[in-house]
Amino acid sequence: MDELEAIKVTFFQECEELLADLEGGLLAMEEGAGDLETVNAVFRAVHSIKGGAGAFGLEPLVRFAHVFETLLDAVRSGAVPNTVELAAVLLRASDILADHVSAARGLGDVDMGASAAMAAELETWTDPNASPAAAAPVAVEDAAPAPAPVVDADDAIDDDGLGFVFVPQTISVEAQAADTDLIPANVWTVSIRPKSDLYRKANETALLLRELNRLGPITATLDDSAMPPLEELDPEAAYVTWSVRLETEDDETAIREVFEFVDGDCELEITRGEAPIAAVLTSLLTVAEAPAIVEPPAELAPVEIAALAPVAEITPVAPAAKPAAPAAPTPKATQVEVPGPGQSVIRVDPERIDRLIDLVGELVINQAMLAQRVGEYGIAPSSNLAMGLDELEQLTREIQDSVMAIRAQPVKSVFQRMPRLVREVANMTGKQARLVMDGENTEVDKTVIERLSDPITHMLRNAIDHGLENPEERKAAGKNPEGVVRLAALHRSGRIVIEVSDDGKGINRERVLSIAVKKGLIAPDLQLTDEEIDNLIFLPGFSTADKISDVSGRGVGMDVVKRSVQALGGRISITSRPGQGSTFTLSLPLTLAVLDGMVVDVAGETLVVPLAAIVESLRPKPEEVRPLGPVGSVLAVRDSFVPLIDVGRTLGYRDTSPHPCEGVVLLVEGEDGSRAALVADAIHGQRQVVIKSLEQNYQQVEGVAAATILGDGRVALILDVDATINLRRREGGAPRPTEPTLIAAE
Amino acid sequence: MTRTVLTVDDSRTMRDMLRMALAGAGFNVVEAVDGEHGLEVLSAHRPDVIITDINMPKLDGFGFIEAVRVDDDYRAIPILVLTTESDPAKKQRAREAGATGWIVKPFNPEKLVDAIRRVAA
Repeated sequence: MDELEAIKVTFFQECEELLADLEGGLLAMEEGAGDLETVNAVFRAVHSIKGGAGAFGLEPLVRFAHVFETLLDAVRSGAVPNTVELAAVLLRASDILADHVSAARGLGDVDMGASAAMAAELETWTDPNASPAAAAPVAVEDAAPAPAPVVDADDAIDDDGLGFVFVPQTISVEAQAADTDLIPANVWTVSIRPKSDLYRKANETALLLRELNRLGPITATLDDSAMPPLEELDPEAAYVTWSVRLETEDDETAIREVFEFVDGDCELEITRGEAPIAAVLTSLLTVAEAPAIVEPPAELAPVEIAALAPVAEITPVAPAAKPAAPAAPTPKATQVEVPGPGQSVIRVDPERIDRLIDLVGELVINQAMLAQRVGEYGIAPSSNLAMGLDELEQLTREIQDSVMAIRAQPVKSVFQRMPRLVREVANMTGKQARLVMDGENTEVDKTVIERLSDPITHMLRNAIDHGLENPEERKAAGKNPEGVVRLAALHRSGRIVIEVSDDGKGINRERVLSIAVKKGLIAPDLQLTDEEIDNLIFLPGFSTADKISDVSGRGVGMDVVKRSVQALGGRISITSRPGQGSTFTLSLPLTLAVLDGMVVDVAGETLVVPLAAIVESLRPKPEEVRPLGPVGSVLAVRDSFVPLIDVGRTLGYRDTSPHPCEGVVLLVEGEDGSRAALVADAIHGQRQVVIKSLEQNYQQVEGVAAATILGDGRVALILDVDATINLRRREGGAPRPTEPTLIAAE
Repeated sequence: MTRTVLTVDDSRTMRDMLRMALAGAGFNVVEAVDGEHGLEVLSAHRPDVIITDINMPKLDGFGFIEAVRVDDDYRAIPILVLTTESDPAKKQRAREAGATGWIVKPFNPEKLVDAIRRVAA
């Protein structure tokens, strides 16, 4: 059962891929670029989903896929013309198919009404003449699953043999009544006269006899009277007839079933009772010699027969087939060689790769440690040892890059979900939008990929909902009524950059400014550059839409995007040109396995503060520090007061804080935009560190995000900036900022 | 002697299902992802029975069966076709191409092993 579950997991993974292929193909068809091979691929995708779903008994999915597949098959065969309009319908159908897959997976529900309507629409496309009434039963069936699943007709026949059982019985009642006195009820005579086609399809009389033997004891008689003399014998032809006497408790249906695969490839007669004596006698008399009679004990029958039967199979020379044979396989063979090498793919358990990445992380740390020690011993940089170490460092980096590349994946897996989103958002908002994607093959670590989806979704929604104008507005502005939204991924200086741009109206700066003032987010008399105004939309609580639409809904603004991006060590910014559109630029580290951090000293301990959270570092002047409450104090930074937090005390390294002016202050920004000034004793500098999970190796510690090992071998804790701010806030030592903070985005 | 079965299907799920059912019944299983790949694996492993899908990229089931049947070395190997087609024409086409028998998807392991027994010497 476990194995089956594992296959189910594989199935859903495969579904993802197939749905992506499906959408890709349909998009090509929508652009009028769908050739027959595209249509075939699209058909296969739906077909494979249906096949797998059938294996797991996922009925609603099978049913919808079946209707979908039927239409695609009609397109494939040319019965339904492949048009752009059709592609649009198929795209919507693919969205519903994806919903069915998700529902089968236990993630979300299917709108059964929409599904039934789509199924009806697909059926109308398949057969335009079908009356609406014909489509109706499907709708009903979808809404309330009928007990009889829609499976293939073949299967239905196999499973319920009712028709086959009842019909012969009713007809043969009289005959049977007459015969029962004369012959034993369980004796049958089966006469088999194979045609050469039977052997051509690699069927085998001996195996048929073996199957009959499973029903009961048999006596097989071979009639080779039609066999020509050896010199006239065509080894590919079939000459013999078998007459089998079978004793069985099974009925005729069971006997016929043995011959299911050779139906039409042999003459078959099944009669109740012994073969008529006269017929046997004639066959004995017409041939001078007695026919070979095989009458061994039943169990041995197949063995002996097997030795006699495969006339066609043994053929050392096949005069008829020979000339054709060499010609055909040869081109095939050369064709086959080509795709071979490129196809080799190894599937590896992700845990193994994670382990490898961990080990390489250790190697990097170890190498840094070694380099530091060598430096401490004052060994000349030109010495063999130092040069060897340099090489080691280079190799280590290369290994690290290569290992990270194993886990790197193209952003495609995230991007491919976006066309549907754009379609849906455009429909919902009454806009016309076309999505253009670039750099889908840009690779980034798996850990980052998983977390790209939400910010991209948000940015795209925002671009369509707030960026693009209505078709009428666009026409009035002399633009194409269909807006273009571009989603691009690229690598830039060791980071991945995601850009979402639209060709809409751009940011209305006057309105943004007035809203920010009205909501008290900024001082009314503040002078801001255009860029600063644009970035106001990332402030918490800012929403430019007059009414909260369905799409941007849930009251979620761009500040949420900014927070989730910052949590990943990323940055987000916007540029906008009135009347020409806006571009969101999001940059993220390529991996979450390493982190850019600031190494600081606190009460004799070494800590790492994530660089992404740090706004600036400064040495406060005594007059900038103001006491607040019994223990707390705040720092005046330009226009606002920021709570001062002594990290050493928060983490329990010391009980009394030194004066902030004796140390260094790091101005940090939490995910929710709140700021704090962290007091440290000294700054060592910036460094890239390998992240080691504290939870996995020890336990979760509040205020600490993770740990790392520094070059000198010491363990350093990585500070969780948000938790530190919250810890302090909860203790009541540091109140919230007393004035609204405005800070031009960095 | 352990019998070797070659399964040819572009769906990983289906290959896994077949492997589970066949390995459970004591068969040795080799796999191919489409018809072209199937011909390649065929020459490397000389299976006793072939199970193939019909709808596949590159070389479909029909083409694959035909290619096996014109090759003197392999033409006596029984081929079972996997089909979800309710369309009897497809089954007929597979038979004309030289399919020995067929298995209707979704199959259960007993049905599958039963079908193999019926065609394998």
